[in-house]
Amino acid sequence: MDIMEIIKPENLVHQRTPLMTDATLSYCPGCGHGTVHHLIMEVVQELGIQEDTIGIAPVGCSVLAYDFMDIDMSQAAHGRAPAVATGIKRLWPEKYVFTYQGDGDLAAIGTAETIHACNRGENIIIFFINNGIYGMTGGQMAPTTLEGMKSSTSPYGRDHVKMGYPLKITELVAQLPGTSFVTRQAVHKPANVRKTKKAILKAFEMQREKKGLAFIEVVSNCNSGWKMTPVRSNEWMEENMFPYYPLGDIKVDGKIVKDLMKDLM
Amino acid sequence: MGELRLMKGNEAIAEAAIRAGMDAYFGYPITPQSEVLEYLTLENPEETTGMVVLQAESEIAAINMVYGAAGTGKKVMTSSSSPGISLKMEGISYIAGAELPCLIVNVVRGGPGLGTIQPSQADYFQATKGGGHGDYRLIVLAPASVQEMADFVDKGMELAFKYRNPVMILSDGLIGQMMEKVELPEQKPRVTEFDQSWVTTGKTADRERNIITSLNLDPEKQYLHNMHLQEKYNSMKADVKYEMFDCDDAEFLLVAYGSSARICQKAVDVARSRGKKLGLLRPITLYPFPDEIISKLARQVKGILSVELNAGQMVEDVRLAVNGRIPVYHYGTPGGKIYSPDDVLKAIEEKLMGGY
Repeated sequence: MDIMEIIKPENLVHQRTPLMTDATLSYCPGCGHGTVHHLIMEVVQELGIQEDTIGIAPVGCSVLAYDFMDIDMSQAAHGRAPAVATGIKRLWPEKYVFTYQGDGDLAAIGTAETIHACNRGENIIIFFINNGIYGMTGGQMAPTTLEGMKSSTSPYGRDHVKMGYPLKITELVAQLPGTSFVTRQAVHKPANVRKTKKAILKAFEMQREKKGLAFIEVVSNCNSGWKMTPVRSNEWMEENMFPYYPLGDIKVDGKIVKDLMKDLM
Repeated sequence: MGELRLMKGNEAIAEAAIRAGMDAYFGYPITPQSEVLEYLTLENPEETTGMVVLQAESEIAAINMVYGAAGTGKKVMTSSSSPGISLKMEGISYIAGAELPCLIVNVVRGGPGLGTIQPSQADYFQATKGGGHGDYRLIVLAPASVQEMADFVDKGMELAFKYRNPVMILSDGLIGQMMEKVELPEQKPRVTEFDQSWVTTGKTADRERNIITSLNLDPEKQYLHNMHLQEKYNSMKADVKYEMFDCDDAEFLLVAYGSSARICQKAVDVARSRGKKLGLLRPITLYPFPDEIISKLARQVKGILSVELNAGQMVEDVRLAVNGRIPVYHYGTPGGKIYSPDDVLKAIEEKLMGGY
């Protein structure tokens, strides 16, 4: 069959959302960021809330997220996105406000802003992309870098005696009464992509109903930072990241739905 | 005539903020300015005008809440004192870079470090030369009375929107804590009337999306952005404000701002009663600095004494304005110690008039 026979409107199974701009993604091939961007924009489009949605871009690989999402966005200083989101949401309570942050931004330099926005129960969504490394600055150790994992600032592997333990900030915020929906997902396989999209949809619907803070962690790969091929990085993620950062809902409708103590051990 | 009240400077700022129709205040407690947040939480304007008042987890969070809210075109402010303002400097640099209007109050205390909670003017450099990273400037207003603490809130917000630039009220622990009679402005309605063309309130079909950012990875674009900022800062000269006391026939001149100007005013009165031809120039805007009038007065007077509650900061700007034509001296007490009018008179005799 000729290729032009295949590419025709009646064969369309999945359309690229018009809410992604035409700018070429600045992410490495194989990275999960682009998928998450698409999912958020698909949900915003499906809910028809582009006019009422404001996103906050972090500092890190996704610093230029505003180049790709066709919505009003504010670029925050490193780690401060939840505070910026608070400022916007408090003055525009009817608008949809989300932050999009990496592990260094959210769980190292911005820990205070993250914890306190969650604790106040700001009616926002926090998207947390956890790839266990500082991607943009060239592969340094992140708060979520696994023990033994090598990075440019833990060249002999992360040693908790010197460098502390990988931080499970998602389990931490789940324990705060201000959070309503806390979940950990992935986007490396179609089934995971569908689950993540469902979680994003739920989070936006919750915000419409003013049900409190939704925190969505997406465990992602960083093939460049991990120095692996994209395929290998996804395998490595399943073998090493998921056991430490297990996927699934942690808190739903304000209730913890997981044995957190077991996860924390 | 507006309502008269006896108030602390910090309380006057808070009340004036409500009456100016401010949309939000984000703050964090620190001596000697905690009354601003205390007053606002007690008055609870969220119930009356709808003004949002929120105690943030840190000064860093507070200034970033300001950044977010200001990016939506609302009238927002924060306040703090010296160590807290240092923490805010990252955010202030971003706000200046992204060209957002907002009001920042610094009720200055002595430093460096944790320093002291006593009044000081040691943050002059930080306020007028940028403070954070990058080539940027704040508009800096220096109130010398509780009345001006109240008046400069609305005035500051007006300038912030005029230039889309952060405005700082550079007060100090003396003006913040002292009580004076203040005539309060009428309550303005809290209406959101602003140019919607640049704000992030949600992309509508009739416009391109708006982005609030201070990032330009392309050096050419960042260069042009910086040149635009410099042009804007130069244009602020149109809003230079100062006050002159007994300058007409003055042979010697004091330059002092804020609480120091109050002390110097007394010193000028005493000097005049002793037949000395002394005048006082009080800059009200520290940036833009009133260099033209100082340059003009340098043709008339024999010498200038810059009197500051610090080790000598504004004196550098006075010297730049004078450009070596006449002697310019500094008198001051750093670290939270306050001079009396007599101390100033002694310094005038020794430093300023001693050589003549």
